[in-house]
Amino acid sequence: MKNKLAAGLVILAIVGVLGYLAFGSVSQNLVYYWTPTELVAAGSKASEATVRLGGMVEAGSVVAEGGGTTFAVTDGTERVRVRTEQIPPQMFREGIGVVVEGTMAQDGVFQSKRLMVKHDENYRAPAEGEKPGTSTMVESP
Amino acid sequence: MVGDAVVLVGLAAAAGGTVTGFAAGATGSLDLLRHAQRFARTYAVAMIAACLVMVYALAVHDFSVKYVSKVGSLSTPLHITIVSLWSSLEGSILLWGAVLGAYIAAFVSWSRDRDVEETPWALGTMCLVGGFFAYLIAHPANPFTPAPVPVPGDGPGPNPLLQNHLLMIVHPPSLYLGYVGMVVPFGMAVGSLVSGKLGPAWTRALRTALMWPWLFLTAGIVLGGWWAYEVLGWGGYWAWDPVENASLLPWLTATAALHAAMLPSRRGSLKGWTVTLVLVTFLLTLLGTFMTRSGVFNSVHSFTQSAIGPIFLGFLGVALVACVILLAARIDLLSTEGDPPALVSRETGFLVNNVLFVALTFTVLLGTTFPLVMEAVKGVKLSVGEPYFNQVAIPAGIAILFLMGVGPALPWGEPSPGSAWRELRWPLALAAVAGAGSIAGGVDRALSWTTLCVVVAMFAMAVTAREATRPVRVRMRENGEALGTAAWRAFSRGNRRLGGYVVHAGIVVIVVAVAVSHAFRVEREITLSTGQSVAFEEYTLTLVGRDHVEEPHRTRELARVAVAGPGGDFELAPSLNRYGGGMNPIGTPDVHSTASHDLYLSLLSIGTDGNTAGIHVYRNPGILWLWVGWAIVSLGALVALLPSRAGKAAARPAEQAAK
Repeated sequence: MKNKLAAGLVILAIVGVLGYLAFGSVSQNLVYYWTPTELVAAGSKASEATVRLGGMVEAGSVVAEGGGTTFAVTDGTERVRVRTEQIPPQMFREGIGVVVEGTMAQDGVFQSKRLMVKHDENYRAPAEGEKPGTSTMVESP
Repeated sequence: MVGDAVVLVGLAAAAGGTVTGFAAGATGSLDLLRHAQRFARTYAVAMIAACLVMVYALAVHDFSVKYVSKVGSLSTPLHITIVSLWSSLEGSILLWGAVLGAYIAAFVSWSRDRDVEETPWALGTMCLVGGFFAYLIAHPANPFTPAPVPVPGDGPGPNPLLQNHLLMIVHPPSLYLGYVGMVVPFGMAVGSLVSGKLGPAWTRALRTALMWPWLFLTAGIVLGGWWAYEVLGWGGYWAWDPVENASLLPWLTATAALHAAMLPSRRGSLKGWTVTLVLVTFLLTLLGTFMTRSGVFNSVHSFTQSAIGPIFLGFLGVALVACVILLAARIDLLSTEGDPPALVSRETGFLVNNVLFVALTFTVLLGTTFPLVMEAVKGVKLSVGEPYFNQVAIPAGIAILFLMGVGPALPWGEPSPGSAWRELRWPLALAAVAGAGSIAGGVDRALSWTTLCVVVAMFAMAVTAREATRPVRVRMRENGEALGTAAWRAFSRGNRRLGGYVVHAGIVVIVVAVAVSHAFRVEREITLSTGQSVAFEEYTLTLVGRDHVEEPHRTRELARVAVAGPGGDFELAPSLNRYGGGMNPIGTPDVHSTASHDLYLSLLSIGTDGNTAGIHVYRNPGILWLWVGWAIVSLGALVALLPSRAGKAAARPAEQAAK
């Protein structure tokens, strides 16, 4: 009986440690979905977190420069400048819905590590509280 | 419509099967059980027939059926048209029901000579689950709903991503065969809990019932990764996507259950634990279906938001509560019998295996459901990044791999520490040499996770090879049998054991392939003009030109890239495909596979003048071995599933003749 109790305690300890590690690890690896308005509101917090920024590529904002591309993502209220070193996918153009994943750099330009284009003929701005989904996103590989 | 009528017959038969099955369980009446079996067979026939009706409607392009008008198209080739059956929600559920029917019918035939107390309860439970799916098909997800008039003359065709590769024909059905097949062990587990019996024969049967869906689930997961690799064009096969996790979770618990189920037949302990794992596996398949089919997660797999989500969640809740009540009522079954095992013994190996698998399940489940919970509770939109899963899965995976080496090497019962050491020293020495060799040889200079993984894999493989061949060696040494005779007799008497080790060997191959492909991948994005060359690793890539191909259901833009490499010259043509009315292209990568690595080209864009192409180039090492490892795993599972009694019976007369 004593042995059983000991075995139970050992298992409980293992599960406890793993659970603690898992929870701690989860909170460090969160990726937030934000609109430009939310990103701007978050201020300096945005430069510490990994963020998925969803919105529309602003008309006339796309500039190809030195092996990279910069453009502005807007939700109609706020705009955020984004820089990517990736080759944008074929569908990438002004006015199309995109989700970029990355972090806010010190110079106030969002540094994108992943660029996804909304795979939909008729882009509409996300409704109130709607998550920018990846279902209709095609990733720039 | 014919389809509707057939589904209603199925629903009625499932209801009948549930009632008579449970009644047979309560009264012990053999007559009632025969009725339940007849109902179950009727259900199977009805569900398979309903599926065939839909396949026929798709094949003849009967656009008066709403589902056909949604996923069918006159320009789609016939094989893709038939595959469209599972390209959207309603059709998937229909296939689901048919597979479930087939499984239940198989259980009826297979359990005939096992008319024990557990059988009627098990059958009743399976019919209950079957009834739920028949209800889904009959009402909220009815694929036979007529299309609104006027009947359209043509349809849009299935989701382009699903048309893009032949693997899509096999990946969903094998996943369904895995998911749905878990209903059988679930029913059997419920049967044993309700009847309060769990005999050794039932446990053995339970293991077989777990093994088949496990085989298919493994295939479904691997083929899904393969499909993602060949179609999605981001150069990888696994991204810890919620829907991928949804298929992995029940696989983890089913694997744990398979291992736990090996103990009861040997030692009579851990029965309740095994049953619990089987129940959890089934609940996780429900959760997985809910996550992938309800649209709470956005991905390739979640087709449309539908009314099915809440219904599924309700069913999941009811099933969860029922399972907890059953387990609580049979708490006496849950307690282990006999003394706890010695600290260093094979029994302990199995226990730690189960703790690790359950812990891994828990952490993956946490990472997968965390965003849902946060959104529901706090209204925050977020996702859990890949690093979380890697941080957890890599150490846990290596620990499991290590255990795969330690466990089988340890004797049962209470071995002395000295004998345990004797069993382990040679494999450990080999692993140490491999580790030193790989660091010295510059595979990876530091003591990284990859090196550790390779070392542990060598150790596990060494033990597996030794344990797999041990019966042969013992026979040769002690009976003086020739190699061929010894191998054949060991195989025919111990195919389950041998199969298990073959599965282990395949898993080792897969883990090493995953580790190597993860650690040593090289990738680059390049832009090429026609005629321009660029060096990438050992290859030289030259853009030859552009091709435009018109096919009935799609147009393709291909970038033709000539590749010169040490193994000779070849051409790769990654493409952007446009389907049906949609003008947005879907990329299809082109892959050149060799035993050591893949050269993987993904077309990002073609310049407006048609003379430049943006290409993402990957050099992915070891990928081929993922699929090879899977083939080994499947082979091992099939060997283990061979009817061993028949093998024994066949071997016996031969043995007597030899004497």
